[in-house]
Amino acid sequence: MAEPGTAEPVIRLVDVDRVFPAEPPVHALRGTSLRVAAGDYVAVNGPSGSGKSTLLNTLGLLDRPTSGRYLLDGIDTTTLPDGERTRLRGGRIGFVFQSFHLLQHRPVLENVMLAEVYRQPPTNLRKGRRARAAQALERVGMGHRADFPPNRLSGGERQRVAVARALLGRPSLLLCDEPTGNLDGHNTTLLLDLFDELREQGLTIVVSTHEDEVSSRAGRRVRIIDGVLREE
Amino acid sequence: MDPRDLCAEAVAGVLARPLRTALTTLGTVLGIATLVITLGVAATAGNRIVGRFDELTATAITVEVPQSEDGPLVGWDAPAELTRLRGVASAAAVAQNEGDTDLTVTANRLVDPTRVSGRNLAVVAATVDLPAAVRGRVSAGRFYDEGHVLRRDRVVVLGADAARMVGVSRLADGPAVFIGERAYSVIGILSDLGRDQALSTAVIVPPGIGADFGLKDVTRVLVNTRLGAAELIAGQLPRALSPARSGELHVITPPSPTRARDAVEGDLNGLFLILGLVSLVVGAVGIANATLVTVLERTSEIGLRRALGAARRHVAAQFLVESTLIGLTGGVIGASVGVVAVVAVAAVRQWTPVLDIAPVLAAPAAGALVGLLAGLYPALRAARMEPVDALR
Repeated sequence: MAEPGTAEPVIRLVDVDRVFPAEPPVHALRGTSLRVAAGDYVAVNGPSGSGKSTLLNTLGLLDRPTSGRYLLDGIDTTTLPDGERTRLRGGRIGFVFQSFHLLQHRPVLENVMLAEVYRQPPTNLRKGRRARAAQALERVGMGHRADFPPNRLSGGERQRVAVARALLGRPSLLLCDEPTGNLDGHNTTLLLDLFDELREQGLTIVVSTHEDEVSSRAGRRVRIIDGVLREE
Repeated sequence: MDPRDLCAEAVAGVLARPLRTALTTLGTVLGIATLVITLGVAATAGNRIVGRFDELTATAITVEVPQSEDGPLVGWDAPAELTRLRGVASAAAVAQNEGDTDLTVTANRLVDPTRVSGRNLAVVAATVDLPAAVRGRVSAGRFYDEGHVLRRDRVVVLGADAARMVGVSRLADGPAVFIGERAYSVIGILSDLGRDQALSTAVIVPPGIGADFGLKDVTRVLVNTRLGAAELIAGQLPRALSPARSGELHVITPPSPTRARDAVEGDLNGLFLILGLVSLVVGAVGIANATLVTVLERTSEIGLRRALGAARRHVAAQFLVESTLIGLTGGVIGASVGVVAVVAVAAVRQWTPVLDIAPVLAAPAAGALVGLLAGLYPALRAARMEPVDALR
């Protein structure tokens, strides 16, 4: 991968503040700066309420910083209108959530296919979508479960399906918010193995967690306490 | 977003909760069905009534001939002339005194204090075509013919009720009636009058001897037309009867079929249409409520879709299409139920089912519109959700 500074990093946070209006105001992020280069595997550590989720939401363009700048693939997102941010989010970011967020009444394959529905042409073609989704499922080792409803899968299998959904459309960034929070030890190991494979294939991964097993597998660890980010 | 994807997602959303969708659809089904049944039953009932009008009265025309000092307006030969008009089935001229000028009619000269023997009955002069013109039947004897008229024979035909009142039931022994002081032979009894039933209580005499009772000039012309010709003939009659003074004749035509139908529908429909519309509004509120509940239930799904790149309008569009689909389904089912109900009602009452195709075709569209309107607010709520809050 390119040296920092020579190539455009995937994530560049510059002095980002996020203040929630309340009495007194809540500083979820204070002066946060972060660079994540392409191919990095970063674990964000911290106790609950420390600002982990706010950081992940900001990185995922689900939340807007109060001040500071956030560049995704070199695009300054802080000044973009909502529609542009939505487009960027759909095209460049894959999400994996703690609670999977699979649609219970749709088979696994359709859940994965959903990732392409809201993309911009030409990446939203219906033609071949089923095949691409099946391929993504193969990639996470879930090809044999394509026609299952999500509620017949184990937690680990569900999270793999969610990863497959996030991978569809080749995002620049995979954002995982407590991906192992609902998994047992065995399934956690399997999922982390999968992340290792993905990283080897060149995917940029940011994982928020408070489990040591997860952060120890990442190439780089940052810790956030009371809204302040530090490298470990 | 591909419109086909939008539809596929909406259909999947609707089918995800089949029972709730079915119950939600019910409101629209009831509303639309009520409307279709109302329109259908009203049209069916209206058609039935008009059908009866058509058979009996829609072809009957009466021309009132005012009495004039300058000679008769219409001659006794006019009915014969009228039948030359295309569309005229039968015609007869009648002379009748105005007001209460009935004459005493008795079957014999005996004065029997225990019985009422004399009756005050109307005496009417009429041309020989009268039985056909009043759509009656000569139940006994015969009607007089041109021969009687020309010879000025003193013969009469009694209306069925008149015959009963003066006690004439059989003609075999050649009964006579006395009108005033003079005797007249009864040669027939006219019964089952289809129109101008008042003649049933009258004594009918040939025009020639009508003059004896002051029945000199024609006062009324009865005309029957073929079906559908009434309006045309009504326009031609005055000129045919009295070319020079046609304006003085008064033509009474049957009410036109369309007017009868309108009147019938106007009476029946108003209330039920309001009922149907109220059901439809209730259905819309049901859809709005259910969709709102769905939106709140599917918060995390909305968050997920936003995370996958759905814009606010995509989320709004999905819920709008879902509620529209529910409304459309309700409209289709409601229209079908309505048509079946109309046919069933007609079958039970042995009417001919009549249903305008336009409201039946419009019903699904109306249901879809109801669904669309009902979905507006929930869709707005869904679109307004912040993805961060929705994913929490």
